Amino acid sequence: MPLAYLTKRLLMAVPTLLGVAVVVFVLLRVVPGDPIAMMIPPGAHEADIARLRVLYGLDQPIPVQLARWLGELAQGRFGSSISLRQPVVELVLGRLPATLELASAAMLLATLSGILLGVAAVYWLGRWPEAVVDGISGLALAIPDFLWGLLLILGFCVLLPLMPITGRLDPQLDTDFVTEFYLAESLLRGEFAVTASLLAHLLLPSVALALPLTAMIARILKSALIEAMAQDYVLMARARGYGKARIIWREAFRNALVPVVTLGGVQFTFLLGGTVLVERIFSYPGLGNLAIDAVINRDLPLIQGVVLTFALLFIALNLLIDMSYVLLNPRVRHG
Amino acid sequence: MPERRRNKRIYFGGAVIALLVVVAVAAPLLAPHDPLEQDLLNNFAPPFWSAHAAPGFLLGTDGLGRDILSRLIYGARVALTVALVAATLAAAVGTLLGLVAGYYGGLLDAVVSRLVDVWMSFPPVLLSVVLAAVVGAGLEAVILAIVFVDWTRFCRVVRAEVLVQREQGYVTAAVSIGLGRGRVLWAEILPNLVPTLLVLLTLEMGIAVIVEAILSFVGLSVASDAPTWGGLIQEGRLNVNQAWWLMALPMLCIIATVLGFNALGDGLRERLDPVLRR
Repeated sequence: MPLAYLTKRLLMAVPTLLGVAVVVFVLLRVVPGDPIAMMIPPGAHEADIARLRVLYGLDQPIPVQLARWLGELAQGRFGSSISLRQPVVELVLGRLPATLELASAAMLLATLSGILLGVAAVYWLGRWPEAVVDGISGLALAIPDFLWGLLLILGFCVLLPLMPITGRLDPQLDTDFVTEFYLAESLLRGEFAVTASLLAHLLLPSVALALPLTAMIARILKSALIEAMAQDYVLMARARGYGKARIIWREAFRNALVPVVTLGGVQFTFLLGGTVLVERIFSYPGLGNLAIDAVINRDLPLIQGVVLTFALLFIALNLLIDMSYVLLNPRVRHG
Repeated sequence: MPERRRNKRIYFGGAVIALLVVVAVAAPLLAPHDPLEQDLLNNFAPPFWSAHAAPGFLLGTDGLGRDILSRLIYGARVALTVALVAATLAAAVGTLLGLVAGYYGGLLDAVVSRLVDVWMSFPPVLLSVVLAAVVGAGLEAVILAIVFVDWTRFCRVVRAEVLVQREQGYVTAAVSIGLGRGRVLWAEILPNLVPTLLVLLTLEMGIAVIVEAILSFVGLSVASDAPTWGGLIQEGRLNVNQAWWLMALPMLCIIATVLGFNALGDGLRERLDPVLRR
C-alpha cells in the first residue's frame, strides 16, 4: 500500500504546484510598481528601459510570459532575479540551508520541550505542574511567533543584553564555508567557536518559532496520554506493579504519538511559514528575508521562485507527515 | 470544562474587546494630543514612571516628539476597523463558497476544494505580504490581503459541516415539502452554522489584528504617518536601544487585543458550538 499511496500523493502534488505557480504569476502581473523602474537610475533613456523590458520578457502579453516561464520551470530553471541580477535558483539554494537550519532547530526544540511538558502534565495530573503547563501552552499558542520574536528581542537583547540581535554569525568569525549548511559544516570541521556563535544567533529566532508548536505538541500529547492511560494494557501494566514513569514512557507514549505527529505536523508547516517574519525580525539571512526583500523590490522572478520553493517545501512536508503516520500506526500500515 | 471558567473567558474577552471599541470610537475625545503633532523639543520622552518624563506626555513621545498615548489610541481605530471589516468579508466569501461547494458537490466542489488545496500550500504570511505589495499601500490593501488569504479558514469548516447537515432529517423534510435548493441552503442549513461561524469570526478578528500589524511591520500597510500598532512597533524596533518602550507599548496593545478576541472566541466555542468543540 505505501508505495502506491506515495505515487498517488506525488502525482496529486503536481496540479497543486502548477496551481500555485499560475496563481502567483497572474497575481504578480497586476502589480502596480514597475520592476524595471526600480533597477534603473532616474533619467534613464526610454530606449534602455525598453531594452531591459525585452531582456526580462516583460514586453510580452501575460499568457505568453506565463507559458514561457512554465516551460523554463519544467526544465528546472527559475529565471533571473531583476534586482540582484543572479539566477533565481542560485539565490534560493544559497539561502535555503539557513532557513532549513533555523526550521530544524525550532522543530527539535519544540518537539523536545513539547514532549517534556506534555508528559510532565500527565505525570503530575491534577497538581500544580499541570496548571503551569496549561498556562504556558495557552499563552504560547495565543501569541504568534512574530510577537514572540519581538518579545525575545526586548527581553534578551535590549533589557538584558545577553544575546546577539541580528544575523547568523559574528562577522569576524566568518570562515570560508564550502556549503551553506554552516552549523553542520562547523561541527564537522571541529570549529566549535563558530558553532557556538551560530547557535547563539539561532537560539532566539528558533525559540520564537518553536513556542506555538511546543504548546500544540504539549496539549495534544497531554490529551492523547490521558486517553491512552485509560486503556486495558495500561491497567495491565499497573496491575503488574510498574511505576508511573515507566507506564507513561513505555506503555502509553508510543500510542499517544500518532495524533501528535498528525496535528503537530500541520503546525510544523505554520512554523515553516513563520520563518518569513522571524527571519525578518532577526535579520537572519534565510529564504524568508529574501522573499520580503524581493517583494519590496518588486523582483517578480525572485518572488515567484521563492514562493514556489516554499510551496514545494510545504507539499514535501505534508507528504512526510503522512508517511510517518503510516509508519507509526500499524493499523494503517497493514490495512 | 466547568461552567464558571467558560463564563469567565467570555467576560474577560468581552471586556477587553468592549474597551477596544470604546477607545476606537471615542479616540478624538480620549487622545490628549493630535497623534501627528510633533514636539521636537520633547522627543524620546520616557513614560510617566521615569524620572525624566515630560509633563503632558503620559506614555512618552517618539523620535519626532509625537505623543505615544494618542498614537496608540488612534491605532486602535485601524486595528478595530481591520478586524471587523476583514474578518466579516473573509467569513462572507469563505461561507458562500463552502456552502455551495458542500451542498451542490460535483465539479463546483472539486474546483473549490482544489483552490483551497492550492491556498494551503502557501505560507499565509508570504501570501499576504505578496498580495499587499500587489495591491499597494493602504487600509483597503490590508483588508483585501486578509480576505484573500483567510477565506479558506471558513470555507473548509463550512463545507465539511454542510456535508454533515445535508444528510440530516430536517433537510430531507425541507426538500420533500418542495423547498428549492437555494432556500434549503439559506433558510435551513445556514442558521445551523451560525454558532460555528460566530466562533470562527471572533478568532479571525484576532488573526486580522495580527496580520495588519505584520504588514505594517514590513512596511506594506497603511501610509506611514497614520498611526497603526504595527507601524509603531516597526518605528520602535528601529529605536529599540534608545527607547525600548516605543516597541513594548504597541506590542502590549496587540497582545491584549489578540488575547481578548481569543478568549471571547474560545469562550463562545465552549458555550455554543457543538461542531468545533469536538
